[in-house]
Amino acid sequence: MSALTLYDKVWRQHVVKSYEDGSDLIYIDRHLVQEVSSPQAFAGLVAQNRTIRRPDAHVSVADHAVPTRHRDRPLPDGLAARQVSRLESNAERFGIPYIPMNDRRHGIVHVIGPELGFTLPGATLVCGDSHTCTHGAFGALAFGIGSSECECIFATQTLRQKKQKRMRVMLDGALPAGVTVKDIILALIGEIGTGGGNGHAIEFAGSAVRALSMEARMTLCNMSIEAGSRVGMVAPDETTFAYLKGRPLAPSGADWDAAVAHWRSLATDADAVFDREVRLDVSALSPRISWGTTPEENLPITGRVPDPAAESDPSRRARIARSLAYMGLEPGKPLAEIPIDRVFIGSCTNSRIEDLRLAAKVVAGRQVAANVAAIVVPGSAGVRLQAEAEGLDAVFRAAGFEWRDSGCSMCVAMNDDRLSPGERCASTSNRNFEGRQGQGGRTHLMSPAMAAAAAISGRLTDVRTLS
Amino acid sequence: MKSFTTVTSIAAPLPEADVDTDIIFPARFLLLLDREGLGRHLFHERRRPAEGAPPFVLDTPPYDRAEILVTGPNFGTGSSREQAVWALADFGIRVVIAPRFGEIFFSNCFRNGLLPIVLGEAEHGAVMRAAEAGEKVSVDLEAQRIVLADGAAIGFAIDSYRRRALLLGLDEIGAILADDAADIAAFEARQKAATPWLHLSREQLSHFDDLRTSEA
Ligand code: SF4
Repeated sequence: MSALTLYDKVWRQHVVKSYEDGSDLIYIDRHLVQEVSSPQAFAGLVAQNRTIRRPDAHVSVADHAVPTRHRDRPLPDGLAARQVSRLESNAERFGIPYIPMNDRRHGIVHVIGPELGFTLPGATLVCGDSHTCTHGAFGALAFGIGSSECECIFATQTLRQKKQKRMRVMLDGALPAGVTVKDIILALIGEIGTGGGNGHAIEFAGSAVRALSMEARMTLCNMSIEAGSRVGMVAPDETTFAYLKGRPLAPSGADWDAAVAHWRSLATDADAVFDREVRLDVSALSPRISWGTTPEENLPITGRVPDPAAESDPSRRARIARSLAYMGLEPGKPLAEIPIDRVFIGSCTNSRIEDLRLAAKVVAGRQVAANVAAIVVPGSAGVRLQAEAEGLDAVFRAAGFEWRDSGCSMCVAMNDDRLSPGERCASTSNRNFEGRQGQGGRTHLMSPAMAAAAAISGRLTDVRTLS
Repeated sequence: MKSFTTVTSIAAPLPEADVDTDIIFPARFLLLLDREGLGRHLFHERRRPAEGAPPFVLDTPPYDRAEILVTGPNFGTGSSREQAVWALADFGIRVVIAPRFGEIFFSNCFRNGLLPIVLGEAEHGAVMRAAEAGEKVSVDLEAQRIVLADGAAIGFAIDSYRRRALLLGLDEIGAILADDAADIAAFEARQKAATPWLHLSREQLSHFDDLRTSEA
């Protein structure tokens, strides 16, 4: 067989059988289970009197609905409490690990999978959550699935799938000061659009990717789904191995050496062909922010709110006008003059230790603007404890930020952390859809450094002008 | 799963791009534990327009009885929440027609007796016009064909397995368990020998032994 890509190799190593119509039965090694997409899947198992085929392949945690403060108290009675306790009782009943919200291992599924070493290169990993592509940063074939597919994994450990086309995103050049990986992925989505990766599995490659830390690679792969692709991968290398070594569920001893040798063999062959190639020189990028209600509607912070009248295509014009109406923005206004009400530093995109270090650096010795309420929500208890050991919590608190417990929080507004109608938020999350952070709330996506800068000045701000 | 053969109905026009899963089914209703009865939260915000604004298309007769939805590119982009599909199905929608779909939404449809159809620009335009005119549209899965009121027929592509699964109302899990169990077991044995670290050892799993008692 001819030269293969990383995606081809991991796929091929997981084919249980091939069907006549060109689809394959794919074996799934790892399944992360959360409270929102699992209750109906468990209920399906019960209704059909089915069991979990491999209980050791699943880890469960409640991340979406849990509160991020007052965790010493029981959850107030209500839907969230019911959903969280349903996950706990299902996990108990079916014999899979359940990580409670006050455990030192708690966190957002996509933050704790890697922390545990549950996420491994060359593995197939799924979760009933679209941002499962995050784990592709390790060279895992990881993708989000629906509840019915979760049920299929529980019962069979397999999924019938058709292979995607292959797309490579080559990122080269050195990132300028004040520009981060979040700006890379926003720029890419701005260029290829929210449907740009449809039907394709993305591989991120190039010198700029090699230079990224694991945290940054996770931010990159996390937003593959915002580019329309369920899969975003990076070939494992020394950075990957160094991150994983010694993690509780990562291989050790002789297994470790064998695993590393295997992981090295996964890299895309030099002469492998992709169905589509996209290139981006990251040295030309500026910090970016979203101005509309889809992640593709983003621009450099130095830009202005777009004018629908300047758009010749009628449906695009209507789209821009709709976004501006929802966002309460006037055409032509400089982006850096837009005042904000709230700041959210968190989510599976940007809640890891490096993200918090970056934001803390901007915040240190400064004060959150009087008109702004700002929170930091570490992605996991592990991140929180690490940040506290480094004194980052003190930096944020002294500046006027609230320091919270781990969870999805204001990324999805399923707990009490949400915007009120009309409130405008500088957010490090991944989606700026209408109502995403609360009914009528207005979201501007950006990097942790940019969100920190916005908190300080009380408006969208070019972080490079602060220092 | 409910089987799908032919649907003839008026089609509701929603000529908008990027109708994401948060619009289709807002996150706060994800706290519900059921998959039934979710139609009441379908397009929740859109169906409660500001005073003086026109009602949402699905609340505007005759479209409140539509079984077909015709919409713009990227429908169902965003989250994996299957609730978006359950809510559409509960409302009575059996077919969604768009130039492009969010991928997870697209595959969730097939598991719930809903048929998502991708059409090119010209064909999509013709169906959208029929929808806006309030004409009946007929979708025949067996023949892979949409027929408009004026008799115009538009073919559509669909994966052969998914087509069959919809036609039969196939229980995929049951089928895999019945037909592929031996292959799965053989795969597991091979994998355990080749890449043993993909199977967690008892020792590794003991990492979770203290889960019931620990505190951060
Ligand atoms: S942080 Fe946001 S995007 Fe990530 S898993 Fe939670 S809700 Fe989804």
